[in-house]
Amino acid sequence: MSAGQPPLDSPEIRRLTPVLGPGYTFGSVTDKISAIVLTRPTSLGWFVGFAIAFSLMGMMTIAIAWLVIKGTGIWGINIPIGWGFAIVNFVWWIGIGHAGTLISAILFLLNQKWRTSINRFAEAMTLFAVACAGIFPLIHTGRPWLAYWMFPYPSTMGIWPQFRSPLIWDVFAVSTYGTVSLLFWFVGLIPDLATLRDRSANKPAQIIYGMLAMGWRGSARHWHRYQSAYLLLAGLATPLVLSVHTVVSFDFAIAIVPGWHTTIFPPYFVAGAIYSGFAMVLTIAIPLRKAYALEDFITMRHLDNMAKVMLATGLIVAYGYFFEIFMSLYSGNKFDVFLVQQRLHGPYAPFYFALILCNILTPQLLWFYKMRHNVAVLFIMSIVVNVGMWLERFVIVVISLTRDFMPSAWGRYSPTFWDWATFIGTIGMFVTLIFLFVRVLPAISIAEMRELVAETSEENK
Amino acid sequence: MEHRSHLYGVMGEFTTPEELIEAARKVREAGYRRYDAYAPFPVEGLSEAMHLKRNLVPMITLLGGLAGGLGGFGFQYWVNVSSYAMNIGGRPLNSWPAFIPVTFELTILGASLSAVLGMLALNGLPQPHHPVFNVHRFSHASTDRFFICIEARDKKFHLPETARFLQGLKAHHVSEVSDD
Repeated sequence: MSAGQPPLDSPEIRRLTPVLGPGYTFGSVTDKISAIVLTRPTSLGWFVGFAIAFSLMGMMTIAIAWLVIKGTGIWGINIPIGWGFAIVNFVWWIGIGHAGTLISAILFLLNQKWRTSINRFAEAMTLFAVACAGIFPLIHTGRPWLAYWMFPYPSTMGIWPQFRSPLIWDVFAVSTYGTVSLLFWFVGLIPDLATLRDRSANKPAQIIYGMLAMGWRGSARHWHRYQSAYLLLAGLATPLVLSVHTVVSFDFAIAIVPGWHTTIFPPYFVAGAIYSGFAMVLTIAIPLRKAYALEDFITMRHLDNMAKVMLATGLIVAYGYFFEIFMSLYSGNKFDVFLVQQRLHGPYAPFYFALILCNILTPQLLWFYKMRHNVAVLFIMSIVVNVGMWLERFVIVVISLTRDFMPSAWGRYSPTFWDWATFIGTIGMFVTLIFLFVRVLPAISIAEMRELVAETSEENK
Repeated sequence: MEHRSHLYGVMGEFTTPEELIEAARKVREAGYRRYDAYAPFPVEGLSEAMHLKRNLVPMITLLGGLAGGLGGFGFQYWVNVSSYAMNIGGRPLNSWPAFIPVTFELTILGASLSAVLGMLALNGLPQPHHPVFNVHRFSHASTDRFFICIEARDKKFHLPETARFLQGLKAHHVSEVSDD
């Protein structure tokens, strides 16, 4: 670290990089955030971005329609690679969602003030990422119209789902996660919807926001129960978020396939999820604060803290990679040892080394204060990490399945056009939803920002 | 309940959270019980000033969580032991460790749903209309103004006196709140 830098967390640093720019009042934070939705004209950039994202989403719709017509044969999957892109993308998306819950729930319990201006869009990101994730296992079944078979319902055939299977655990974990994330997000939105109802000038907006706000009037008796419900939700979402990627990792770890059957999977999957999630929050936050001039709300302090979380979780992930190799070699199990060799020297070795470069080597730049305070570097880094985390899932799924116990069962995998169209299409869907969200709902929690104004004005007294 | 009048109460406006807390404390000390404070964010110390204690949300959440967890485990037990029992290599039918993930998820789901629905139900939401919205300036309650409304059904309520009392608390814009 550079020598002239003041000690971290000193009052000096706090003053230089506050969680909220100076001089804001209850009224001015409300004006500034609600104006993005209510009064600012929609910029040309928004329309261009939305058009691109929406076209990609259209491509996804076509790819899924073609899949329903032709079946999963249009993808690159075949025996022995039954999972392929569908599961790689599922795990990638669901992992991205985790940072939203971490920011909104865990940082709330830890009373971290810097969470306030980033939690709303991070939670939205969670919801949209879970929506993208949910598509993949659904269409991977090949007959998505029968997906309800995975839920326990009293069928005339008298059969029930197999509750001992990690795939059924996944159904429960992901659907619970989606539901609780939606509740958490919506509860947080209620006071802001009331603000939009009271401030919007046109009738349709008043009616829509009014219905969504459900008659919220800011009563102290309501706030009293609201706060306890919010705290309880945060307490419930915290173990939930840890459980979701644990269950996702069970999809692999419960199987006996070499490279999957390890006990390190749950913690290292959770760390990887938070890692990629924070990267995605940065990928969204940096253009967002630029486009809507929110630098006073999403300050360098936020970006710096997120970069630090990325560095820390990245190191946990690196520890996971190291111990994966170490345990394989130490166990002496010949299939595990062979798998390590295949990762380092096999046909997919370039992916493995790209993964190490993206996930372990590049993020080491974040040790430097200057790098963490360079917005362009952070933006590029966040994309590099997301690519790296996608490669991680590709390496896990594809290398293990192409090289299992018997050479006669080995195979190769390469994605087809339709694999790519579906994957890139979900990115389009994600960006489309983010664009719509920023346009119609407050991307930063207004009520919590007012609370932050009250707290910081007390501190300055 | 008899129909008293078309008056819901009297409302006073305040500009800072500190003023609101102070006023809420004095309203309570003056003996009023049927009143409410309105703020654009949860004001720290306001619940204490108003002596709000009873809060059923945690209990409802606990019950919802227990129902989700016990129901979830019980259901899996019933399916695997009784309704759809399958002998797989002589392994126990009640293989409970394998039922834990689903039990856990359903506990969280039950608790979260009851926390949110319980909170909304206790708050009487959704409620399409409320008399306080009749006051024109009340639209600022969701931005940067703080309000106290003393309701007409309070035993101590007496229109001119209560209005004067609120003015004495340095409230701006004391206004009557009509009931329809």
